[in-house]
Amino acid sequence: MFGLGKRDFTLFLLVAVLAIFAPFILNPFPTDSAMAQFNAGYPDLMQRFVIFGILAIGFNILFGLTGYLSFGHAAFLGVGSYSAVWMFKLLSMNVIPAILLSMIVSGLFAVVIGYVSLRRSGIYFSILTLAFAQMSYNLAYSVLTPITNGETGLQITLDDPRLLGVSATADGGIPVTNLFGLEMRAYETVTMGPWEFQFSVGYYVAAIIMLASFYLSIRIFRSPFGMMLRAIKSNQNRLYYTGLNAKPYTLAAFVISGMYAGLAGGLLACMDPLAGAERMQWTASGEVVLMTILGGAGTLIGPVLGAGFIKYFENIFSKINDQVVHSWVSFLPDGIEDFVVGIIHPFVGKGWHLTLGLMFMAIVIFLPGGLVEGGQRIARRLRKRDGTKTETSTTPAE
Amino acid sequence: MGILEVKDVGKRFGGLQALSDVNLSVQENTVHAIIGPNGAGKSTLLNCLVGKLIPDTGSVMFDGQSVLGRKPYEINQMGISRVFQTPEIFGDLTVMENMMIPLFARRDGVFRLHAIQSVSAETDLITRAEAMLEDVNMLDKRHMHSASMSRGDKRRLEMAMCLVQEPRLLLLDEPTAGMARADTNNTIDLLKEIKATRPITMAIIEHDMHVVFSLADRITVLAQGTPLVEDTPENIKGHPKVREAYLGEHA
Repeated sequence: MFGLGKRDFTLFLLVAVLAIFAPFILNPFPTDSAMAQFNAGYPDLMQRFVIFGILAIGFNILFGLTGYLSFGHAAFLGVGSYSAVWMFKLLSMNVIPAILLSMIVSGLFAVVIGYVSLRRSGIYFSILTLAFAQMSYNLAYSVLTPITNGETGLQITLDDPRLLGVSATADGGIPVTNLFGLEMRAYETVTMGPWEFQFSVGYYVAAIIMLASFYLSIRIFRSPFGMMLRAIKSNQNRLYYTGLNAKPYTLAAFVISGMYAGLAGGLLACMDPLAGAERMQWTASGEVVLMTILGGAGTLIGPVLGAGFIKYFENIFSKINDQVVHSWVSFLPDGIEDFVVGIIHPFVGKGWHLTLGLMFMAIVIFLPGGLVEGGQRIARRLRKRDGTKTETSTTPAE
Repeated sequence: MGILEVKDVGKRFGGLQALSDVNLSVQENTVHAIIGPNGAGKSTLLNCLVGKLIPDTGSVMFDGQSVLGRKPYEINQMGISRVFQTPEIFGDLTVMENMMIPLFARRDGVFRLHAIQSVSAETDLITRAEAMLEDVNMLDKRHMHSASMSRGDKRRLEMAMCLVQEPRLLLLDEPTAGMARADTNNTIDLLKEIKATRPITMAIIEHDMHVVFSLADRITVLAQGTPLVEDTPENIKGHPKVREAYLGEHA
């Protein structure tokens, strides 16, 4: 269906259902309960899930298929954000031209960086991309200030021209990003008993774009082009002696992947119209590598899972401070309570990176295929148990 | 005039003259073997034919066109396919995928951004790939992960990948090197069958005399970077110079 095989279509349907019902799925706890802080179903965070999902899907087309590990993908994210904000400043607050420009500019950027970096492979390629990203980051902070507004970051102001829109709204405020009048920040809260669910325009716009990106990535994975990319990872020597030039293939993958990152950057700016250089920093590049490996590089759904996993940790786990931990273990005697809190302390709140790092190490060591491999192992074990059950149930009949 | 004409080719690596004054003419629809002791320059010569090395002097013409200065993928597109000493296949891919890539290369050229249509929609190419696998008795292995196969099967697959491109010249670099006797005989049978069932020109570099004498129509003996003699297998067997330079030490 839709040009997808049966299994791919099921996978796509699953992701679509998860994305559409995310406001419910991510808010399993009643608003007043103690567990409510684990709810992730608020618009800001859900938007981040899908936007970083797009970034990771694109990164996976390059890294998962060709094996070229780019350590500078945040540069495209930043370029996309800057382009989108400039579109808001110059043209209009509609998100469509902003998204288009962010994809075009990051695509051009990727052609240049890719053309140079892809002359080398392996670690040298990674270092070259890292160097380009750090260069972009530092330029954005210094000499490119007229374009990037330096440390302050690029923002929209009341005296921007906005040729097709208005510089300021009727009551003198800064106009907000919208899709033909639908404001990105608008949301509807639905109360059902003790539960509250928020449905945001911004989230659903981003989710639809994520689904489209995911669909395109499935098509690329199953296409001759995708097969060539896997062949490049497998044996470049054989590829050259089979009459194929690996260079344009890797460059095309790099550019597609860069445009995905630009799209994600543009969407970030659509949800919150400001862009700063820190979005290009190497830690941001490292984050997308983590997302992809954590979820399962080279698998279709892995990067999306990885992105969700890391963003959940970043936003939810980091909010568990000592007070919260105290309230959990308050039933213990005072001395022991302090001791227990002292042990948990480095792993939560500001220390969430430690937990994430440990989990990352555990996954890479025990599940080299990432979360997807974990899921497959569980499914296999369940199937095996089902198999033995049916066997035992048939034996009495004999 | 042969399909492959090598004229006065010389190649020097530092102080070593690896090839000098090599002249060779491979006729269409024949099997031409190049033999010689270790260090005779066989592999250097082959690398000059496929674009991996550029000779210092002389010319290499394939079907009237020079191959010198062309990239390996351009030379392949001219119609020369190559089998390596150790089988080079796409180990992470299935047997069927390994077969599809050379077919796409033949149809779409060195690069085509063919990113939307599914591979499974290419029914014509799939039929051709399956027919080729059938010819080399590997159809039952088509869903196998190719890295997990035996060396003999990898060799078979590599040959199938080259043959499915319908090359005008097939170059084989010691196709039986490191193989057990049974695998060697299988490979010889496979090559004989290929030769009998389709018009094909092959140039074989080989160490194993058994292989050479069971396949070749003509043999060139290379010693110290220069062709010693070129003749039919029968004449080569009895040639005194060859016995002295090469067969003597093996007999």
